[in-house]
Amino acid sequence: MSFLHANEMRGGYGSGADILHGCTLTVQKGEIAVIVGPNGAGKSTAMKAVFGMLNLREGHVHLDGEDITGLTPQERVYKGMGFVPQTHNIFPTMTVRENLEMGAFIRNDDIEPTIQQVYELFPAVYEKRNQNAGELSGGQRQQVAVGRALMTQPKLLMLDEPTAGVSPIVMDELFDRIIEVAKTGISILMVEQNARQALEIADKGYVLVQGANAYTDTGANLLADPEVRRTFLGG
Amino acid sequence: MDLLNALVAFANFVVVPATAYGAQLALGALGVTLIYGVLRFSNFAHGETMSFGAMVVVLVTTLFQSWGISLGPLPTALLALPFGILATAILLLTTDKVVYKFYRRVKAAPVMLVIVSTGVMFVMNGAVRMIIGTDDRRFADGERFLISARDFKTMTGLSEGLAIRTTQVITVVVAMITVAALFWFLNKTRTGKSMRAYSDNEDLALLSGINPERVVKITWLLVAALATIAGALYGLDKSYKPLIFQQLLLPVFAAAIVGGIGNPLGAIAGGFVIAFSEVTLTYAFKKVVTYLGPDSWAPDGLVQLLSTDYKFAVSFAILIIVLLFKPTGLFKGQSI
Amino acid sequence: MTQSRAPLYFLIMALLILAVGVFQSWNSALSILNMGLISAIMALGVNLQWGYAGLFNVGVMGFVALGGLAVVLTSMSPVSAAWSAGGVRMIISLAVGIATIVIAIMAYPRLPKGRIRGFGLAAILLVGLWAFRSLFDPAVAAIEAIDPAVTGYLGGLGLPVILAWPVGALLAAGAAWLVAKTALGLRSDYLAIATLGIAEIIIAVLKNEDWLSRGVKNVNGLPRPVPYEIDLQGAEWFVSLCAKFGFDPVSSSTIFVKLLYAGFFLAVIIIIVTAMELALKSPWGRMMRAIRDNEVAAEAMGKDVTGRHLQIFVLGAAIIGFAGAMMTTLDGQLTPTAYQPLRYTFLVWVMVIVGGSGNNWGAVLGGMLIWFLWIEVEPIGGFIVNSLTAGLEDGSPIKSGLLDRLAYMRYLTMGIILLVVLRFSPRGLLPEK
Repeated sequence: MSFLHANEMRGGYGSGADILHGCTLTVQKGEIAVIVGPNGAGKSTAMKAVFGMLNLREGHVHLDGEDITGLTPQERVYKGMGFVPQTHNIFPTMTVRENLEMGAFIRNDDIEPTIQQVYELFPAVYEKRNQNAGELSGGQRQQVAVGRALMTQPKLLMLDEPTAGVSPIVMDELFDRIIEVAKTGISILMVEQNARQALEIADKGYVLVQGANAYTDTGANLLADPEVRRTFLGG
Repeated sequence: MDLLNALVAFANFVVVPATAYGAQLALGALGVTLIYGVLRFSNFAHGETMSFGAMVVVLVTTLFQSWGISLGPLPTALLALPFGILATAILLLTTDKVVYKFYRRVKAAPVMLVIVSTGVMFVMNGAVRMIIGTDDRRFADGERFLISARDFKTMTGLSEGLAIRTTQVITVVVAMITVAALFWFLNKTRTGKSMRAYSDNEDLALLSGINPERVVKITWLLVAALATIAGALYGLDKSYKPLIFQQLLLPVFAAAIVGGIGNPLGAIAGGFVIAFSEVTLTYAFKKVVTYLGPDSWAPDGLVQLLSTDYKFAVSFAILIIVLLFKPTGLFKGQSI
Repeated sequence: MTQSRAPLYFLIMALLILAVGVFQSWNSALSILNMGLISAIMALGVNLQWGYAGLFNVGVMGFVALGGLAVVLTSMSPVSAAWSAGGVRMIISLAVGIATIVIAIMAYPRLPKGRIRGFGLAAILLVGLWAFRSLFDPAVAAIEAIDPAVTGYLGGLGLPVILAWPVGALLAAGAAWLVAKTALGLRSDYLAIATLGIAEIIIAVLKNEDWLSRGVKNVNGLPRPVPYEIDLQGAEWFVSLCAKFGFDPVSSSTIFVKLLYAGFFLAVIIIIVTAMELALKSPWGRMMRAIRDNEVAAEAMGKDVTGRHLQIFVLGAAIIGFAGAMMTTLDGQLTPTAYQPLRYTFLVWVMVIVGGSGNNWGAVLGGMLIWFLWIEVEPIGGFIVNSLTAGLEDGSPIKSGLLDRLAYMRYLTMGIILLVVLRFSPRGLLPEK
């Protein structure tokens, strides 16, 4: 079984209508998986379902062979999941370093080595470590947000549209950082609006339509698939 | 023209009292701002919380005095302070458990919590009056003055005296220690940082494994300490009168909002802004002006911008100006 | 279901008041009824603001007090000596004060930004203040010097006292407009705090501006819309009427007067409730509720949320001012020191919440019931303490201590009632339909 295996998920928020209609996501160790698809396809919802933020009526989520379907998001953090929300993903009036410290709140061991790792991965974070996170630029904030999530030393890192609202240059930079993170052995599951660029770095791509898998393949194959290109990538 | 005497008069009647008052308001506003930051509502029961804390301090002080315990030149009330904080902490934690916790669970709108806090205000007000009555009580003992007006005159040879009461010095010193301790806690300890994180971004704090109930509990403990100290210092400086605390609510709120609600540093700045404006605008400058000008200039009136009866109007006017021009406050607080 | 519950609750309320009549006295029963009716109108005003628009007004006391001031300004006869001593100067000084503020507001956008604007505004305000004070202070002194034991103020217009009620509504509406203009559109707590402030200032004005309201010396002997008891006792028709039924003319005269007041107040309540019910069913009322239930959506649909809120806040305050004028008329005197926030602001809130926010009949019921409890908690508490301590001697410290503290019982009780209702029955006795 894959490292993350979310099988045939069905469900929606609260008692509302179902948004996911049988969505399956798998991620291998150290792999980058990207979820793309049209607006309203349930991309973010699928990721939130993996993280336990909505109730599944059907389907299971396994992490590293263990069934975590019934766990709360907080409990999943303890199990090795890290989550970076799309917005409101930093503590704005706290310094960058304090943001990292808060990311490691559940840890009782020495967090200093992890902070150093994050600093190495994200030189911009190191540079701004004593500044309030709310004063940083959009791209820097996203790096802080990812850094904060890395502080729990997760085995699976989930990113909800990390490049929303940043310039193309910053986007490339962020993707480079994400590849670096994956190289340290962390699996990455990411929702992306910028489908083309995201699929370029993806080991695996999921095209979601109306809450269900439409196409699943390697990023390169999806990019090469004329059907996917025509329908989702604008030619 | 007598600049020195004018300055001394100004210091005596404006700077010294306003500094003490500002410190008391700042401590009160810190409590309001912490509750706002973490629990996200304006606590209308805060005045009564201060009253309750001060009441326990008054009662314990009276008890100590009857046992003959004293601190020498310092007021016995300082010794009673921890007991007041303890009692207030128990009261607030119980209130949270019995009253507020439910509304957090159902995620009630902030305005609902404000109304609930007025119910708590009623109960606390009634309880305080039932326990201690409504009389005015002076409970300051020990040395009355650090510098009395007469000593100052003989020391300096000036015709104007500068009196500094022990309670005023104690107010400022205790407030400084309290604020330093609070900021150390908020900025240096893991628990304090988790409180700030929760105040900053509740959802992300939850994701980071911060336990909200623990944060809330610690907030109430801090508020108990701040409110009791603020109430006791105010009572020491003036006198303890249960009804006065309801009237303190407006300047305390004004201080918190002027500074930027949710921002502790702003609460302190706001406290002093309100206190200095209030005292300066309601002070009769006749004496100062007389010293400054030639003899023939001595004004007929009091040279008072506003009668002291309208001191609330000062807090209110400053509040309105801030709301109109800078709703987030002087220091950036939480706006919406 | 609520339709069927309302008459039952009102019946119980009537029985409670009748019980007071039977066990205490008809006089107290009618007093409770009259103040209960006035409280019900105040509750209607707060309910309009809270139930229809979700606005939290903590300045009820201030609007009630403005109603009281309106009674003095409308119905007392003018003090001609005071008018000739300083009346004109007073009016000029007030005009100067208002002109200063208007000039400052008009100058603000015209002055160049930065230091010039700051200094310019400060100069305008200081010069204006100086001009105002140099006219105002002597005028005040002159007016207050005229027979201070009896008058020492300008008096009123000498109009029929009933006219004071709409005037009270107007004054309250004016003050509410000023507050709402600044604080609406910001977060809800700010409106609450701003109203708290304006209420304190209104009371401070009433207490300290002797030339206007005689301050803490109170204004006594306000005219009444109903006959005086003494006149009734001297009136032939009344005495013969009493004789016919075998009533004592003295006690029946007070009851008769109170009944007349009750008639007035009932008429007002019926008019207000009818108007509000009609408004609620009109397109305007539907829009108000739409805004309250989902401000964001209403705003997105192009509704002027802040404008509607302003409208409703002013209307609600006008109703409260109206009730405040009625109350002062009933009391026959203006006593500025009697205005306490717990009694006039928060008690009215308890009435609205207990009655059922958003429901006008609920507000009326809440107003009457809570007023009844406010008055009766003390005697009931006294009865309980007396029976609990029946074994103790009369002078025992425990018993006297308990009895002394009973006076504050009502605050505690009201707080607990509010908290219990909010927690277990947040929609109140008569929930919104």
